[in-house]
Amino acid sequence: MSDPIAITLPADAGRLRSLPAGTAVVLSGPVFTARDATHARIVAELERDGVLPYGLAGQVLFYAGPTPAAAGRPAGAVGPTTAKRMDAWTPALLAAGIAATIGKGARSDAVRAACERYGAVYLAAVGGAAALLATHVASAEVVAYPELGTEALVRMDLDAFPAWVAVDATGADLYAVARGEWERGPHR
Amino acid sequence: MLTTDDIARAVGEAIATSAVTLRPDVLAAMERAAVEEPSERGREVLGQLLDNARIARADRVPLCQDTGTVWVWVELGASECLNGDLQAAVDEAVRAAYRSNGLRMSVVRDALGDRANTGDNTPAFVDVTVRPGTGATVHVMLKGGGSDNASALAMLDPAAGAEGVRRFVLETVSAKATGACPPLVVGVGVGGTFDTVGKLAKKALLQPLDAPPVSAAAEALEARLHADINDTGIGPGGLGGRTTALGVRVLSAPCHIAALPVAVNLGCSAMRSATVELA
Repeated sequence: MSDPIAITLPADAGRLRSLPAGTAVVLSGPVFTARDATHARIVAELERDGVLPYGLAGQVLFYAGPTPAAAGRPAGAVGPTTAKRMDAWTPALLAAGIAATIGKGARSDAVRAACERYGAVYLAAVGGAAALLATHVASAEVVAYPELGTEALVRMDLDAFPAWVAVDATGADLYAVARGEWERGPHR
Repeated sequence: MLTTDDIARAVGEAIATSAVTLRPDVLAAMERAAVEEPSERGREVLGQLLDNARIARADRVPLCQDTGTVWVWVELGASECLNGDLQAAVDEAVRAAYRSNGLRMSVVRDALGDRANTGDNTPAFVDVTVRPGTGATVHVMLKGGGSDNASALAMLDPAAGAEGVRRFVLETVSAKATGACPPLVVGVGVGGTFDTVGKLAKKALLQPLDAPPVSAAAEALEARLHADINDTGIGPGGLGGRTTALGVRVLSAPCHIAALPVAVNLGCSAMRSATVELA
């Protein structure tokens, strides 16, 4: 496997569009954490105002709810949560200008179609590797919704955070392709 | 005689340890898989998970940001007589352990109505059963949401048999594994009643991967399912490969003549549980 491609956000967000599903990347620069409750708030503001709040246009959402700061790091542990719980909100957010999302697990057909339509990508990080991934987070600052605790909108500056392009800007899906490569049938 | 404080102390210590330490049997299975996995991307994922276990242990930080809900199962000796409010004592231990160890608060007050975070990861989900003798065995599991969400239950017809059980478990894992943080530990419960079969699947997750099967029937189902699940190709992180599950554990129980309940409870790659014996 070739070396991962270094991406600096948000400047290189456009470059993500050219990378095929399966490409390994390391991400540096800002991303914004958003889980279930965060999505409900952001989408409510988007529907009310017609634009993404908090300067999120062109930015990357990271589906994550960190643990408190520890070991001299801004989060003791932070890793991707299951992306499909955000599927219902994602097409509207991509339409409004979110450039990419980071999570774990397969997405819906509607999200894959929205990635293709809006030139967005979905990146997968390793679920359960949150102590390791926290060493790739340089800083964290609450941007909105502090009352949501771990579900607050937090700007995190990443430093060489490892991930893979899981749904590319043509809608191709790494989860389906990779599984097909390694499936040994019939297993029914 | 044991007190509620003895049990609460065991719960607090088990939370602190298991949040930052991968279970030894899970670690051993993952180390083997990292060598045997033929997919390069799969080996990279397993390598990250092993690095993760090392960092969590060395720095005393959580293995996963989802430090879970707390399930406590107390097998209490019949000669014991606990004074006091066990739920309150356990909740106090959970509150203290989650605060002092920097763990994430992941419990909302009510699933249907008020979904405000309780702010201290309480209540714990506590079960007590009685067994002969004195002392107690205290089991503690920190259960992540992603893997619990990927679990399922079915009330099969007895005619479906072991093959029906196998198909149901395989279909569940095949449909839901990518979001459950594979490589998985798969817990299967067969038998009991509608309300108890889910708990049986959860108890199956407590069995170390290297412990002997509980019966010949369980052994056969574990071996077949493990092979079938790895044949799905889902792989480490769901990104393709041959290690979708590190192991499958099966427990079975009596049931109604008309019934064949089956439940599958998925454990993630950061499967966290501990068992403490209190004399």
